[in-house]
Formats: sequence, C-alpha cells, structure tokens
Amino acid sequence: MGIQELTYLLQGLLWTLFLTVIGFVGGILFGIVVAVLRVSPSPWLRIPMICWIGVFQGTPLLMQLFVAYFGLPLLGFNFPAWAAVSVALTAHASAFLGEIWRGAIQAVPSGQSEAANALGLPGWSRMVDVVMPQAFKLSLPATVGFLVQLLKGTSLAAIVGFIELTRAGTIVSNQIYKPLLVFGVVGALYCAMCWPLSLWGRRLEQRMAAGAAK
Amino acid sequence: MTLDFSVVADAWKSLLFGALGTLFLAFSGMVIAMVVGVTGVVILRMQMRIPSLLVTLFVEIIRNTPFLVQIFFLFFALPLAGVRLNPTVTAILALGLNGGAYAIEIIRGGVESIPKGQTEAGLALGLHKHEVFRLIVLIPALRAIYPSLASQFILLTLTTAICTSISAYELTSVGQRIEAETFRSFEVYFTLTSIYLVISLVTMWLLAALGRWAFSYPQR
Repeated sequence: MGIQELTYLLQGLLWTLFLTVIGFVGGILFGIVVAVLRVSPSPWLRIPMICWIGVFQGTPLLMQLFVAYFGLPLLGFNFPAWAAVSVALTAHASAFLGEIWRGAIQAVPSGQSEAANALGLPGWSRMVDVVMPQAFKLSLPATVGFLVQLLKGTSLAAIVGFIELTRAGTIVSNQIYKPLLVFGVVGALYCAMCWPLSLWGRRLEQRMAAGAAK
Repeated sequence: MTLDFSVVADAWKSLLFGALGTLFLAFSGMVIAMVVGVTGVVILRMQMRIPSLLVTLFVEIIRNTPFLVQIFFLFFALPLAGVRLNPTVTAILALGLNGGAYAIEIIRGGVESIPKGQTEAGLALGLHKHEVFRLIVLIPALRAIYPSLASQFILLTLTTAICTSISAYELTSVGQRIEAETFRSFEVYFTLTSIYLVISLVTMWLLAALGRWAFSYPQR
C-alpha cells in the first residue's frame, strides 16, 4: 500500500468525520426537541415522540439510510448522496439522543423543578436554567457513548455507495488485492478515532459513579 | 412518480424466508456471543496477565470499529487461514464475535455486582469452587444483567442487516434481490424497514415475558 492509497483512505476518513459531525450536531438540535416533547405532560406531543424513538431504535440504521436515500427523491427533493445520508443520520441521532436526554431529564429529582416553581420561575426557565444543566451532566457518558456508535454507524453509508472510510477501503482493497492489510488499516483508523472517545466516556462514568457513592 | 407495492407483495414468500434467515442469524450469533462472553469473563477472572490483556484488547478492538469493517476482515481473513465457509456461516461467526465483546462487558459488570462475601460464604459452606461460581455468581449475575442482554440481542438482530454486504442469507439481501429485479427501491426498503420493526417489537415483548418467567425471584 503506497502513499497514494493511504491518501485516498485519509480522504475517506475526512468524509467519515464530516458525516459524524453533521449527524451529531443535527442530532443534538433535534434531539433536544425530541427530549423536551417526550417529557411533555400532553399526550399529543408525547406519543408521536415515543413512536419516533421506537421506530429508529427498532429498525436497522442501514434500512433508515436506504429509505432516506430512495425516499427523499420521491418527495421531490433532489439531494446529493451525502445530504440524503446526513438527513438519515440526523434523524437517527435525534431519536437516540432524545431518548438518552429524556432519561436524564427524568433522573433529575422532581424536588428541583418544584423548588424552582416555588421560587416563581416561569416554565421555560425551570426547564432551561434548573433541570437541563443537571440533566446535561447526568447524560454526558451516554451521549459520548452514542457519539462512538454514530461514528461507527457512518460506515454504513458505504453500502449505499457513498465514499467514506470503509468504502474507500473496499475500493483500495479491490485495486491492490490486499484486503487484510487494507481493512486492518481501516480498522486501526476507526479505533484511533473511537478509542479516545470511549475512554473519555468511561472516565466520565466512573467519576459520576464515584460522585454518587459519596 | 407513483408507488407500487404490488411487486413487493408478490414476493411475500421470499420475504418471509428472508425474515426467518434474519432470526436464524441473530439467534445463532447470540448463542456464540454468550459462549464468547462467558469464556471471556472466566479468563478475566483467572487474573493472569497475558490472557486478560488479550481479552481486553479483543473487547476494545471490537467495540471501537464498525461491524461492517469486522465482517469484511473476517470474510477475507478466513480463506487466507485455510477456512472456507459460506457467507451465512461467516456472518454468524462475525455476529458472534461482535456480540461476544459486548457480552463480556455486560457479564463482567454482572459478576462484579456480586459481593465477594457471598462467594466466601458459599466456600465456607463447603460448596465446590465450580458450584460457587455457577449457583452463587453466575445465576444471580445473569438475573441482574438479563435486561441488558435482551437489548443486546435486539441490537444484534438489527445488526444482521449489515450481513447483506457479504451476501449472507437474510432479509436485507433478499430485499436487495427483489430490488434488482423490480427497480422498486423505495417500496422494497420501506417494506423491509416495517418487517424489521415488527421483528424487534415482537422480540422485545417475548424477551420481556421470558425474563419475567425465567428470572422470577426466588428461584423456581
């Protein structure tokens, strides 16, 4: 494997990072909406979010990519491949992050929002200033864990034909007939991105467990 | 453009067999995963340096690389090692190793949740080392981790879709064949997605019922 092939893989890696960032940032924006609606007292807001989360957690990410890739053009959107993949990843991330943050919001003791209520804070301030900062801290390990899942999940864009790291690996492997070397390197590159995140997530989790034990 | 689901409906028989193939992959993969998981935890508990390090390395590598890369690697590595397997068996092996790494983490957490005093009490009562592990550590730990294992099984079922990349026999590869014959991409994938949703909802419900039946406390 020469410099040329390695450069090609690194280009793929940039696309992998790009998809991950888009999916994660989009997932954060929509995930907050999903989480807040999911804990709403009104069933008209809550039940659609339960379904949204259920559908994305109950179907393979690969199918979600395929449906977006072939479905969006039917709706009249003429998206390039990366945009269709990004839409699917964003929707996927919004459901998973929404569910993680739902759990975190409900884990904040109810006395907190009751106290805020007693102090006369309006509804949105109770959520934004009192509950959410605490929920954010609680949810951080799981959120980092999901980021790793999402990064690995972008590899499925390879199956719909988008050239990111894994697809670049397949192409290079077909050119130089050294699949083990190429996929070994591809695997190592994924590890180099995911492992630090995983370690960070575990550290956060341990620190939180230590805090809870005190 | 109009939607036409009739071509997909005509293929209901292939889809049904594909769905059975998916369940077969998931189930066989989970069996291997449990064997890998328990073996891994037993090795970790022996507390020998090199074997423990190898198990930890295995877990970290599997957990930090995508399943697609793992299955490609295995698909090309096995023939070089002189092992010729058909794609479906290769897929089961890949699922088993992938699920096994997660199972090691889950089972280890469960085993560590059993206080050491309980093991010592069992030994003091004159139970054999193996009996202590099975009755006092393994079964209560399994009870504690059953929910995590159940959701891991659902995840593994969803992961089987990726096995289409090496043309293993399962629902997605069946769907891709129908797509190639009919060019009704959206209809095919929409139907597949719905079938997966039904599979995972039904499996979730069955696993929850099984858990209530098998792990009710005190032991039946």
